[in-house]
Amino acid sequence: MLEYALKGNKKYWSWLLFLALIISAGFYFYLRQLNYGLGLTGMSRNISWGLYIAQFTFIVGVAASAVMVVLPYYLHDYKAFGKITILGEFLAIASVIMCILFVFVDLGQPSRVANIFLYPTFHSLMFWDVIALSGYLILNVVITRVSLDAELKHIAPPKWIRIFIILSIPWAISIHTVTAFLLSGLAGRPFWLTAILAPRFLASAFSAGPALLLIFCFIIKKLTKFDAGEEAVKKLSLIITYAMCVNIFFILMEFFTTFYSAMPEHIAHMQYLYVGLDGKTRLVPWMWTSAILSIVSLIFLVVPGLRKNKKILLTASIMVFVSIWIDKGLGLIITGFIPNPFGKVVQYWPTIPEAMISLGIWAIGIFLITIFYKIALSVRRVIET
Amino acid sequence: MNNGRRKFLKIAGLVALGVASDKFLGKQTLASAELLKPGAINKELKTAKPVAGERFVMIVDLRKCISEKGCTKCIDSCTKEHNIPDFGETKDEIKWIWKEPYENAFIDQENFYMTDKFENKMAPVFCNNCDNPPCVNVCPTQATWKREDGIVMMDWHRCIGCRYCMAACPYGSRSFNWRDPRPHIKQINPEFPTRTKGVVEKCMFCEERLAKGQLPACVEVCPVKALVFGNLYDRESEVRKLLKENFSIRRKPGLGTSPEIYYLV
Repeated sequence: MLEYALKGNKKYWSWLLFLALIISAGFYFYLRQLNYGLGLTGMSRNISWGLYIAQFTFIVGVAASAVMVVLPYYLHDYKAFGKITILGEFLAIASVIMCILFVFVDLGQPSRVANIFLYPTFHSLMFWDVIALSGYLILNVVITRVSLDAELKHIAPPKWIRIFIILSIPWAISIHTVTAFLLSGLAGRPFWLTAILAPRFLASAFSAGPALLLIFCFIIKKLTKFDAGEEAVKKLSLIITYAMCVNIFFILMEFFTTFYSAMPEHIAHMQYLYVGLDGKTRLVPWMWTSAILSIVSLIFLVVPGLRKNKKILLTASIMVFVSIWIDKGLGLIITGFIPNPFGKVVQYWPTIPEAMISLGIWAIGIFLITIFYKIALSVRRVIET
Repeated sequence: MNNGRRKFLKIAGLVALGVASDKFLGKQTLASAELLKPGAINKELKTAKPVAGERFVMIVDLRKCISEKGCTKCIDSCTKEHNIPDFGETKDEIKWIWKEPYENAFIDQENFYMTDKFENKMAPVFCNNCDNPPCVNVCPTQATWKREDGIVMMDWHRCIGCRYCMAACPYGSRSFNWRDPRPHIKQINPEFPTRTKGVVEKCMFCEERLAKGQLPACVEVCPVKALVFGNLYDRESEVRKLLKENFSIRRKPGLGTSPEIYYLV
């Protein structure tokens, strides 16, 4: 099946070459980090997790969001998603691989990574996250492989694959829930210590993930003859709308509890995010950008007349994606450490090597998606002719 | 250790005997009846040492400590003893003991109009070697674990450097080797291992010195005897006496971590 990825026009190859260049640059900086240590990043004694773990947290959501197309298609036999379900599953595979890479580059001693399996520790959420992620990866690889194979042979997929598909639905929820538990179970970090973190993660994932899928659908339609279908795009936009409503609702709930209870150590983090603390305001413009983007995108999505306009829908999807990326991929992890356990504000900003390594991993993800979608679309074309 | 266990077994045995004799003989034997006067067992149990023999704790007498006057003896001795590097900057720094202003160290005990003495007070802070350590809970490889005597240990050969423990520690007590520390150690102490880049480290109550029957380095050098180290389970120990006779506080007790460092204020 991989042979379909090896046939393509000039545009296809130059795009892959471009991504390969970014990946090589990222790899070069990773080698430097391996040599020098994680001190090459902006992380410090106070802010001990940075861009890597933040990207990981965000992308786990993208991976989990595949469930938003898988569930209607397989559980409710919603035929309109027939064309894009495979795209969702492939997006999940690429995302999980990115997640694993982001955790890996964050390790101080990557050569010892096998210790997680050599000394399995059931009381550590990190252990369960590794299990959840690798399980989800295997499930999706098997599902996409078997169902594409069946399509190619013009036969119905084997019955047993249904077990894998059904299992992948709660599994998708679990990867993001466990990732939230990783943070929300820490008594010493009040910013994350909230029972709504896992639901909030899911809501933001189910808006940002399908938004990305929608953006991909638009791009694919522009580049190839593939059309996801009017109905599918409509439904997808509705999913994004509802998820975004719930997401904003959850954020407002956080605001209420934090500010009405007025507990200093809970308020401090929010202050740092939105107005700055002790005169330190590095994330403030970002967070307001995120807030404005999410509100404007919500208006675009909620008003049916606007949502039905393709250009506005695409704009809203990009806004949703960027807004949640800022919220989760930047603000959420870093602010858990600001102020530090002594109430002092030490700020963080990624260094160029750190940003390049992150960009490299994103490029790997996009590289994989390009190849996967190429395969999926080629198989479709073969069937149709 | 043996003493405590023996005493416990003795009491447990007597209780069992008492219960058994009550049940099967319908009356108490003379010997146990004599020992088991009303309240006698309760009194014994209350004052007896627990089964585990040792629980190491540190007491910091802030009334005596002169760290705000520039004393860094405890920090210096720790640095020397444990090959702690000095990078000359704060981003990558590694700290086992350091000074924090009182209101930062005890951030949840903010108070106004404190006595003059505490207005500019500095408090030495360490790893609390918590009784319920969150860092141990989260470590995915058991590279950090709690010993029976309460010391929270670190295995620098198993640590994968994920820094989950640093996120979990409510006291900011853990340091990460952001880069190779070896070139930045002033004078290497061959008795103690140096670390590699990419692993987490922290104070372990000088367990290497305890094994040799010595006190922790910081306790030994403190010029005003503000640091006292000992076995909380030993009724006769100085730490027990100090805790009994003085008012003590601990850092962030509300989190349920049960720190093993007590501060006298």
